[in-house]
Amino acid sequence: MIEQIDLGLVNWARATFALTAMYHWIFVPLTLGLSFLCAFFESIYVRTGNEEWKKLTKFWMTLFGINFAIGVATGIILEFEFGTNWSNYSWMVGDIFGAPLAIEGIFAFFLEATFFAVMFFGWDRVTKKFHLFSTWMVAVGSNLSALWILVANGWMQNPIGMTFNPDTARFEMQDLWAVISSPVAIGHFTHATSSGFLLASLFVVAISCWYLLKKRHIQFAKRSIAVACTFGLFSSLFVAFTGDEHAFVTARTQPMKLAAMEALWDGQAPTGLIAVGLVNSDKKPGDEQDPFAFSVEIPGMLSLLAKRNIESFVPGINDLAFGNEKEQIVGVAEKIRRGRVAVASLGDYKKAQKIGDDATAQIALRSFDQHRNFLGYGYLDSIEQAVPPVALTFYAFRVMVGLGTFFILLFLVFLYLSVRNKLEDKPLLLKLGVLSLFLGYIAQQAGWVVTEVGRQPWAIQDMLPVTIARSNLDAGTVAVTFFMFLILFTALLIAEVKIMTKQISLGPKGGES
Amino acid sequence: MIGSLDLSTLQQLWWLIVSVVGSLFVFLTFVQGGQTLLLTLTKDESEKTLMVNSLGRKWELTFTTLVLFGGAFYASFPLFYATSFGGAYWVWIAILFTFIIQAVSYEYRRKPNNFLGQKTYEIFLFINGSVGILLIGAAIGTFFTGSNFTLNDFNFVHWTHPLRGLEAAFSLFNLSFGLFLVFLARVLGALYLANNLEHESLVGRLKISSFNNLLCALPFLLYVLISLVLMDGFAVDPANGTVSLVSGKYLQNLVEMPLVLVLLLAGLVLVVLGVAINRFTPSVAGIWPAGLGTVLTCLAVFFLAGYNNTSFYPSIADLGSSLTIYNASSSHYTLTMMSYVAIAVPFVLAYIAWVWKQMDSKKLTVAELTADDKSY
Ligand code: HDD
Ligand code: HEM
Ligand code: HEM
Repeated sequence: MIEQIDLGLVNWARATFALTAMYHWIFVPLTLGLSFLCAFFESIYVRTGNEEWKKLTKFWMTLFGINFAIGVATGIILEFEFGTNWSNYSWMVGDIFGAPLAIEGIFAFFLEATFFAVMFFGWDRVTKKFHLFSTWMVAVGSNLSALWILVANGWMQNPIGMTFNPDTARFEMQDLWAVISSPVAIGHFTHATSSGFLLASLFVVAISCWYLLKKRHIQFAKRSIAVACTFGLFSSLFVAFTGDEHAFVTARTQPMKLAAMEALWDGQAPTGLIAVGLVNSDKKPGDEQDPFAFSVEIPGMLSLLAKRNIESFVPGINDLAFGNEKEQIVGVAEKIRRGRVAVASLGDYKKAQKIGDDATAQIALRSFDQHRNFLGYGYLDSIEQAVPPVALTFYAFRVMVGLGTFFILLFLVFLYLSVRNKLEDKPLLLKLGVLSLFLGYIAQQAGWVVTEVGRQPWAIQDMLPVTIARSNLDAGTVAVTFFMFLILFTALLIAEVKIMTKQISLGPKGGES
Repeated sequence: MIGSLDLSTLQQLWWLIVSVVGSLFVFLTFVQGGQTLLLTLTKDESEKTLMVNSLGRKWELTFTTLVLFGGAFYASFPLFYATSFGGAYWVWIAILFTFIIQAVSYEYRRKPNNFLGQKTYEIFLFINGSVGILLIGAAIGTFFTGSNFTLNDFNFVHWTHPLRGLEAAFSLFNLSFGLFLVFLARVLGALYLANNLEHESLVGRLKISSFNNLLCALPFLLYVLISLVLMDGFAVDPANGTVSLVSGKYLQNLVEMPLVLVLLLAGLVLVVLGVAINRFTPSVAGIWPAGLGTVLTCLAVFFLAGYNNTSFYPSIADLGSSLTIYNASSSHYTLTMMSYVAIAVPFVLAYIAWVWKQMDSKKLTVAELTADDKSY
């Protein structure tokens, strides 16, 4: 089906996608959360009529606008990158994958784009109420766009509601509702949006802490912190809750990813959770090496989290790679064997059809049908290839969860001190508040690393490996594009940070409120 | 009702929807056209700022329409999406680049400490309005002139030209089409701005500019139209789907689909009318007839390319690989579902129009911008 697989090309294409997606994700979570915070601030202004709150709203909106522009700039490239760098993918699953992208445009982006103009330039052109409505619509629109793109991503993690059509040699949709309501998609959506709320709360807290440290805009900072800490506390609790739900779903839909997240090689019943550990990154499936150079384990915990039952069996990488009869797990080796039969039968079917040999075509089709569920495995070369990078997934997961726990405590402490009006004289804590913003960004990126690295080698879980998904380009072409994006996005990022910090140091209009 | 439509009707319906979105996009390129007027038409900083702010309230709509155009094509004709984006790689990457640099330019142009400097962002806007639109035009031109690709048994694309799509810009037809779009965008930009701004001398210059730009567009338009009527076209045999070159195919399409001919002529007349209103009367409402005219003209172009058994994305490397609305589309199920979704489009258009009216009922003045700390 594919003449020759150029790994250099595939890796450049992956790197380009990772680069652009990670840049996009620097700005998106702030948009998701800050839009709601602006809506809260403005609602308080409209209710109280207090001009101070209007000033406050306008200040945060300025920062929102600076971030939003570059979010849009980095988004458009992703939309078309599926075509440019993953064109085989786009053809093979476009029947399903295109739908949420189109729906996102219709339902979300226009909402954002239309009301964004009102929110920024409508203060004196439309009524107060209509302006507030517009601000809320921007928030709703942004988060709706998250919904649709995460439906798309969720489908890649757990492809459902479709079937492979041997006549067109592509996957075709059978049930749109199944795609939309997939538990993986909902898990993504609830977790990613709430993590955006969390990040935006950290953003407001960090800048306000900085003002308090500098003893500027004190009243302004205190007001902002009070709202942001409340929102942040709720969001961080929700992030932890949905994250746990997410892992529970992953244990069912992508057991290999879960095993990599936990660096679990040999499943047991019950299985413990490695709280901290130093992964042995040389370990390969089936060898006798120790998985960890050092580790601290909480007994039974992983069984409880992943299966909601402390006694249950959680499959490890070796169980999934080599199969486990007792637990009725089919191994990768067997899946590859059957996958190759499926690939060969599909080729025979196509060939027979072309020359009009119906009888042979029917036989080939029957053989294909028996093995069709393993089609994707037919393109893997080895068992090892089916195992994602364990160490990276493991560490990224721990960074995210560790920070998630820390943020809950942080917001608790800040909210408590904010209510008692005792924040000002705690410079160390204020410095921690500023620093936490950067931790927030790290947690965000770590989350996506878990999700995306953990599902390798699949573009579509179990269906389409990245080696097939790519376009027919040469590695040099994609490498050049990679550096073009790297340079352009970095320049834009520098511009964004410089403008943002300048606006922050200028402070809210009207000086020492 | 939608549920009972057969596949070929749905394919035609979706070609219509994609055409509508594409045509609306071309109308909205008044933003890009306006961007190219910035450097030459303004006399001082305050005029420039006035223009930037007027365009800046609309740029997202244009941008989002482009994104939707991509998304709608992806959902309805995925094989086109895969073939064109994955094949004509460089031309699309170049187009995308010009839109990336546009997206930040409004917001960052006049912000203090903006790293690249005001001039750079203005050049970004110019590049987007000129190179960006030119290349989009060239890419659309390949609907008629064909591209260099082959598809294998599994519909995986192989591009046979080393420039990967950029070669489209070297065809006189495509280039003319692109330049026509650039000047058309400038016409629309000048018309839109004249209607949106309150600034006597600038509006006066804009009114003249729309006329002059129409004059510049004319030779390219004529070349495109004459070529279209004379050139060979890519016809599909409805019986077996094979594609062949037929002389005078697009002329034949015009004759066999008189409605398209009407659309085309009415569209062009309306554009001229819009410009004439602004040039020869005190009114500044020319953008509306010209905008409608643009949409109708573009619809005609899309219809010529896709309907009446024509291949809309022909391959000159291998006729058999050419794409038609029949072999490039999504499945019956997906097209049906997406048609239900598309019912929302009129509502979206309605609220956009409503908000637009709310926001633009008062003309934009220099005084308002000086008072507003959010202005670009
Ligand atoms: C501020 C950011 C942030 C924080 C504090 C957390 N997460 Fe998270 N997490 C994300 C930001 C994120 C993310 C970047 O938004 C991801 C990537 C994909 C997604 O939907 O959300 C994600 C994905 C993600 C996944 C999906 C992996 C997969 O694809 O299967 C799991 C299981 C968790 N998270 C679990 C947690 C848990 C148990 C947390 C404990 C508090 C947690 N996350 C905190
Ligand atoms: C915005 C946050 C995201 C980040 C930070 C991110 C990160 C990454 C990374 C790191 C990779 C490379 C993984 C590897 O090759 O080891 C990747 C690949 C990919 N991601 Fe994501 N991703 C994000 C969102 C998405 C979304 C929402 C989608 C789909 C709608 C998506 C689709 C893909 C595809 C198609 C690839 C290439 C195939 C592959 O390597 O698996 N990503 N992404
Ligand atoms: C590969 C996956 C993705 C694609 C193809 C994509 C596409 C886009 C595009 C085209 C835009 C510009 C829209 C406009 O015209 O205004 C955009 C912006 C945006 N996207 Fe993404 N996106 C992806 C990942 C994500 C994810 C994972 C989220 C959220 C969970 C997200 C949320 C947003 C939001 C909120 C915006 C508004 C602008 C901003 O970022 O500040 N996107 N995206």
